[in-house]
Amino acid sequence: MTTVLSSADWLALLVHFMSLSLLAIGGAITTAPEMHNYLVNDKAWLTDSQFTSSIALAQAAPGPNVLFIALLGWNVGMNAGGGMAAGPHAWWLALAGVGIAMVGILLPSTTLTFAAARWGHQNRELRAVRAFKQGMAPIVIALLIATGWILAASQGSPVDHWRGWLLTVVTALLVWRTRLHMLWMLGTGAVLGALGFL
Amino acid sequence: MNPAKQDSQTTRLLSRKQPQSKTDLFVSFSKLALQGFGGVLAIVQRELVEKKQWLTREEFLEDWAVAQILPGPNVVNLSLMIGDRYFGFRGALAALAGMLTFPLVIVLVLAAVFGGVADTPAAQGALRGMGAVAAGLIAATGIKLIGALQRNVMGLTVCWGLAVLSFVAIGLLRWPLVWVLLGVGGMACLWAYRCMEVPQPPEGAP
Repeated sequence: MTTVLSSADWLALLVHFMSLSLLAIGGAITTAPEMHNYLVNDKAWLTDSQFTSSIALAQAAPGPNVLFIALLGWNVGMNAGGGMAAGPHAWWLALAGVGIAMVGILLPSTTLTFAAARWGHQNRELRAVRAFKQGMAPIVIALLIATGWILAASQGSPVDHWRGWLLTVVTALLVWRTRLHMLWMLGTGAVLGALGFL
Repeated sequence: MNPAKQDSQTTRLLSRKQPQSKTDLFVSFSKLALQGFGGVLAIVQRELVEKKQWLTREEFLEDWAVAQILPGPNVVNLSLMIGDRYFGFRGALAALAGMLTFPLVIVLVLAAVFGGVADTPAAQGALRGMGAVAAGLIAATGIKLIGALQRNVMGLTVCWGLAVLSFVAIGLLRWPLVWVLLGVGGMACLWAYRCMEVPQPPEGAP
């Protein structure tokens, strides 16, 4: 797919990502539906499958999942340059897309976090700050377990997809009770999945 | 800061390891990020709390609460906070760069080389398998942190109540995260504030 992006379009992309940055409570992935609307439906800078595979690839690769944003930027730039076959011009645009997308999504949120966390640390003896940390502790724990639950449930029902659920439960027990390296578990999961066992 | 508090902090600092330099931060966070397939959180907890012992379980939980409630990618926020604590702004940048640089290069190379492969059945299957494992990793990280609630000012019963309520709201009812953090979280913070009203006598005092 080939698109044309003017400077104003690039600026609009930057502004859009910057505005989503401060809404991304719980991670950049929570803004994915909004981005899909903008990039695929409104502007048609990306195809549906480019959007989905950006998320899938970032999840499969090591590192924070926010890197799917970098891939979205990559694909927007690549499309604007006429695709991979179009030569260096397209590659440069793709890299520019990565830069714009990552700066847009990270700059506002990291600035806020930096300032807020520094303030919180300097005032860690304040009753309000201690109350915040103590009060949030059980909710944060529940959120982690719920995230695991939601990920597991995305496989489908435990009856139809019992193999996947079993893998989840066994992994949880191994992490909880042993010091087995997590890469072994992820590798096993990837192999079992690639061979079609799940 | 009162003397007793300072004392306990000094002991904690002495009994604990910390990053040696900004390079140490960069390298450590790079390693963490490169091991984190399908999310980095589980590996962060294991490496920083259990192996390197830069943070106690309680401190990790507190930092994670802050990283979670502020917008932006949680692990990115967390690396920023930890880096800043030890080496200021440059430390924050070092940790942030560690978290992002190598993974960014890898993901772009993958996109350039295997752009079309992500849609094949085998790749989709592998992703499903890693997704199932990632679910277990994250859930277990949460389970391991439950022990940190024992010293919570709100008491264990209230903590369990809040945790169950939040789990049902987020995991089962799928309410938007913001509501739960503001609603249940806000209530919990007010309650914790109230519980702190009566100053506890220091441990070991007559």
